[in-house]
Amino acid sequence: MATAATPTDAGASHGSYGIPDVHWFWGKLNWDIFPFYDPLIFGTFIATMILAALTVGAITYYRLWGYLWTEWFTSVDHKKIGIMYMVLGVIMLLRGFSDALLMRLHQALASAGYIGFLPAYHYDQVFTVHGVIMIFFVAMPFVTGFMNYVMPLQIGARDVAFPFLNNLSFWLTVSGAVLIMISLFVGEFAATGWLAYPPLSGLTFSPGVGMDYYLWSLNIAGIGTTLSGINLIVTLVKMRAPGMTWMKMPVFCWTTLCTNVLIVATFPVLSATLALLTADRYLGTNFFTNELGGNPMMYVNLIWIWGHPEVYILTLPIFGIFSEIVPTFCRKRLFGYTSMVYATCVIMILSYIVWLHHFFTMGAGANVNSFFGITTMIISIPTGAKLFNWLFTMYKGRIRYELPMMWVVAFMLTFVIGGMTGVLLAVPPADYVLHNSPFLVAHFHYVIIGGGVFGIFAGINYWWPKAFGFQLDRFWGLVSFWGWVVGFYFAFMPLYVLGLMGVTRRLSQFEETIYAGYFFTALIGACMIAVGVAAFVVQIVVSIMKREELRDETGDPWGGRTLEWSTTSPPPYYNFAFNFRVHELDAWDHMKRNGYRRPTEGYTPIHMPHSTSSGVVIAGLMTVMGFALIWHVWWLSLLTFFASLFWAIGHTFNYNRDYYIPADDVRKMEQGELRITQQAAE
Amino acid sequence: MIRIICKLISLTALVGLLSGCNLVLLNPNGDVAAQKGELIVYATVLMLIVILPVMALTVFFALKYREDNKNATYAPDWDHSISLEIVIWAVPLAIIICLAGLTWVATHRLDPYKDLSRISDTQTIDESVEPIEVHVVSLDWKWLFIYPEQNIATVNEVAAIVDRPIEFKLTSDTVMNAFYIPDLAGMIYSMAGMETELNAVINAPGTYEGFSANYSGNGFNYMNFDFHGLSEEDFDAWVSKVRDQGRAAELDQPAYNQLQQPSIDHKVTYYGSVQDGLWRRIVNLCAGQQDLCLDDMMMVDALGGGGLEGLFNREMFRGICSAEDPGAFIAILRPDLKEREDEIFAAMDLPPQADLAQQLPLQAN
Amino acid sequence: MTTIDTRSPDAGSYEFHVFEDEHAHDDAAEHHHETGTMLGFWLYLMSDCLLFGILFAVHAVIGQNYAAGPSPADLFEIEKIALATAFLLLSSITYGFAAINVQQNNAKVMSIWLIVTLAFGLGFLYLEYLEFSHLWHVGATPMASAFLSSFWILVGTHGLHVTGGSIWLVILLVQVQMHGLTPENKRRIMCLSLFWHFLDLIWIGVFSFVYLAGVLL
Repeated sequence: MATAATPTDAGASHGSYGIPDVHWFWGKLNWDIFPFYDPLIFGTFIATMILAALTVGAITYYRLWGYLWTEWFTSVDHKKIGIMYMVLGVIMLLRGFSDALLMRLHQALASAGYIGFLPAYHYDQVFTVHGVIMIFFVAMPFVTGFMNYVMPLQIGARDVAFPFLNNLSFWLTVSGAVLIMISLFVGEFAATGWLAYPPLSGLTFSPGVGMDYYLWSLNIAGIGTTLSGINLIVTLVKMRAPGMTWMKMPVFCWTTLCTNVLIVATFPVLSATLALLTADRYLGTNFFTNELGGNPMMYVNLIWIWGHPEVYILTLPIFGIFSEIVPTFCRKRLFGYTSMVYATCVIMILSYIVWLHHFFTMGAGANVNSFFGITTMIISIPTGAKLFNWLFTMYKGRIRYELPMMWVVAFMLTFVIGGMTGVLLAVPPADYVLHNSPFLVAHFHYVIIGGGVFGIFAGINYWWPKAFGFQLDRFWGLVSFWGWVVGFYFAFMPLYVLGLMGVTRRLSQFEETIYAGYFFTALIGACMIAVGVAAFVVQIVVSIMKREELRDETGDPWGGRTLEWSTTSPPPYYNFAFNFRVHELDAWDHMKRNGYRRPTEGYTPIHMPHSTSSGVVIAGLMTVMGFALIWHVWWLSLLTFFASLFWAIGHTFNYNRDYYIPADDVRKMEQGELRITQQAAE
Repeated sequence: MIRIICKLISLTALVGLLSGCNLVLLNPNGDVAAQKGELIVYATVLMLIVILPVMALTVFFALKYREDNKNATYAPDWDHSISLEIVIWAVPLAIIICLAGLTWVATHRLDPYKDLSRISDTQTIDESVEPIEVHVVSLDWKWLFIYPEQNIATVNEVAAIVDRPIEFKLTSDTVMNAFYIPDLAGMIYSMAGMETELNAVINAPGTYEGFSANYSGNGFNYMNFDFHGLSEEDFDAWVSKVRDQGRAAELDQPAYNQLQQPSIDHKVTYYGSVQDGLWRRIVNLCAGQQDLCLDDMMMVDALGGGGLEGLFNREMFRGICSAEDPGAFIAILRPDLKEREDEIFAAMDLPPQADLAQQLPLQAN
Repeated sequence: MTTIDTRSPDAGSYEFHVFEDEHAHDDAAEHHHETGTMLGFWLYLMSDCLLFGILFAVHAVIGQNYAAGPSPADLFEIEKIALATAFLLLSSITYGFAAINVQQNNAKVMSIWLIVTLAFGLGFLYLEYLEFSHLWHVGATPMASAFLSSFWILVGTHGLHVTGGSIWLVILLVQVQMHGLTPENKRRIMCLSLFWHFLDLIWIGVFSFVYLAGVLL
């Protein structure tokens, strides 16, 4: 184990390295940047390399590169991109969760009087990277994945409005994730906390490359998210099936709309703020410095103007998922559709005027603090209305406890606790004592795990059969469910208590051992969640192996109510052979009730976009550019910047972007599917 | 009856569980913190009025309307009820209105900038007693406390008199930190170039833990200190102890610059005297003799900037502090401003520092 | 199980599909896509607008922190800025003429107007370059004070946008030369038109809030 930094460490300073000489060719790169000295990281490095080599070897052995490239990486099919987002989310979840385990284990040891195994500087990086990864590269890819996969199907569209842009957005997100992963083994990551408040994140106090990894990773991924937001809004506005008026849209589409409006209206704020911090670090400007008129507190305001709506960007689509699952498994119409829609819109608007509640303790006056406290509380009204709507959807229903529905009930019970503690934190005087404590940590995990992750698992279990044509294994799903839910309560309930005991967060050493019991309970909880995570992976593997047994050929295993269940599972790449005309909310349910039968004649050619490699190439070049900028390899960053620019320009010279699937091909595919579906029905 | 017994058992179990650990926040020794603790309880109870029925209903509906309970009614098309909708919007609204009122009142009453209105729930405030003033500076990674009246300074240790108001003025000479003594009052950020304030009182003698509650880098872990609540005699004894032990050490600019160097887990240090005007220089980020004081910079800016010459006069600016040498300050102004010298002198000449600070847009509030 | 409400299973009363007319297909698809692009581009402009909004807000907060250095009155030569403004405004008008010729399918005249627009745009950029290099040489660099940081980044970001717009304009000229005024090219010209006018609008903000207000107040 690495030796922990002793308290009297003579080399106490901000940052691990100073600024090394910048070589004209290698920039800041040299042999010292690889953390060979740290057995923990080095071990992980070796393990990761072996795993990567095995994966690459397997793909090469089974000759899958060509398949992956043509069918997946360059695909502009919204369904495939959606699935790739989910895969990214799962991979990053494993990384982010390992960091969580490290922290829990270390804090448990430290609270019991041991020095633990992470020196402060390493521990600080771990909690920073945990936050960044979980928000930007786990939660965001998951919700974007759902929106990408499900929304076009629900509105009866064949793809999103800008298919190439969709592919590019995805790869830009990957680009950011790759940079963060590289930071684990090459150099370091930021040790500033996940929002990197200056002046701590400025050049004076964080001279190392960690902050640069943070900035470029989020700069690049942020562009992707903004573009994806624009794309999905246009899809929703312009491509709904005829007859699907706004108030006949499924609730998930409504939440997708509000989420993407939030994305388009807040991610530019993030980009601008991070760009200014980047300018401070690279050009020496004085936006957020202590000197020459800079104002660090401006950053805190700006970042939270993005940061608070971001919370709703993560939770609104999840609310949408619940609104799909509850009626399906209660076999009942959603209670209060209209108020659900208005509640969503109200949350969207209110989320802009609450940002200051993240720093009541900065000492703004009582009027300002109470204003933002009260606006925050008001958000709980529409959120509460949503909860009641789900509750009264269950009322007089016939609830089938399949896995998705179980996650929903777990969510409802957990989320109210998270919401209640949230409102408590919105009372400024209460926040003065609870701010930055484990109580706060517990609160936002109750909201983000209880409201976000539970919904993600519900959604995965719900739509998996649609995406792959077979259901997920129930036994391992149950193991995963109970591991997560029980583990979650063990992991975070003690943190509420610790907060009330006056502990602060982000500590890697403790002087007393009175907290040990709570931290150990939390560690046990984290281990249970680890079982849940592992069971989830096993669930997928087992389901793939047992896919014939679990196969669903009806295309509608749950008795769904929205249009995605009307097509086959998995849907053909053109989604639907015919354009729908929608008459009512819950269009598919309405069609089933009216004895709908799929047409067997009258196929027409279908207009579809071509695949393109531009997205992968541009994002790949951007990744290299980001890496070069982080390490001050100026020539390479210029080279890759212009290369990506020229590639993008070249892309606009390609006018041959779409084609028609001949009616005959559509007929053949559809009739093949039709036979199978009919057999399944009989 | 059984239900009541169950309730009682669970309640005692809960209380037992929570009293087993020391929940400082709900049971602190300072009046401000105590009021905040009470507020947490009130707000929680208020919210439980909605939360508990929701949780109970969730469990009840989840069990009652399960698929295999064929006795439950099933109404697949029932999706709307005006009266229910009114209830589900109105009840939370009512709770939030109550809570908002509570918030508005409590936030104003417990505003850290406001002078205390009482010593504790049984003691009123004696207007004639001046609060103890303590100037707090967060450094890498330690806390510096300056007592202007007593003219002493300490590092990582602070003391106050029981039942006598304390007025902390806080700033930072590094990154942002949060000053927090859970037993005393809520936290407040300390920020470079700004001054925040915290008014509080401690009601019981004892030694309490204080620390930084905002992550500030490598040595953040060890930014903790002891806060002593002392009787009047003990406090005087403590002050003379600091004077005694720190007799050799004056906290002047060189000593401060030495202290400014980053260090982790800095030991408790006493300074027997403090250089005049040091606090003002720290708040204005010019304790290092390298920079123009922030308030002077702001005054120059308010007068239209230092002109192009200002870019090259930076060397001249170093260490100038108008409070100490108004003449030198006037010398660096743009030539055309020299005519308004008297006016500017008048603006600077306001005797007490507090008034000067009010004149300038310096404070965080 | 209690009864499930089965409304009259009269499939004939509802038509669940739109059977497209094959001949109308192309037009409809094109039209559909085009409006989507314009909406998408509008949304992009709104997000860009927000980015500038943040830069303006930042300027409002720290734009008067001269750090005892130069203020706008010491730095800006308002006549030159006015000239640059005139260039940019004129370029918007000439772009308007180009857009009229797009409607009339007159590729040649349109190209000429686009070239004039480009000339004005480059003229603007040249004046901006002169101003920046002047500031750099007198020492008013972005590092010198918070005001200058904010000024350089705000005006520089606008300048980068104009540069991007000019490059796009050149590309469009080439593409019109290659393919003529196809629906795609028309769409692109209209998008660039939006972009160009948008930059004009931002510049009016920069001119009034940064330059005029800076010098006058």
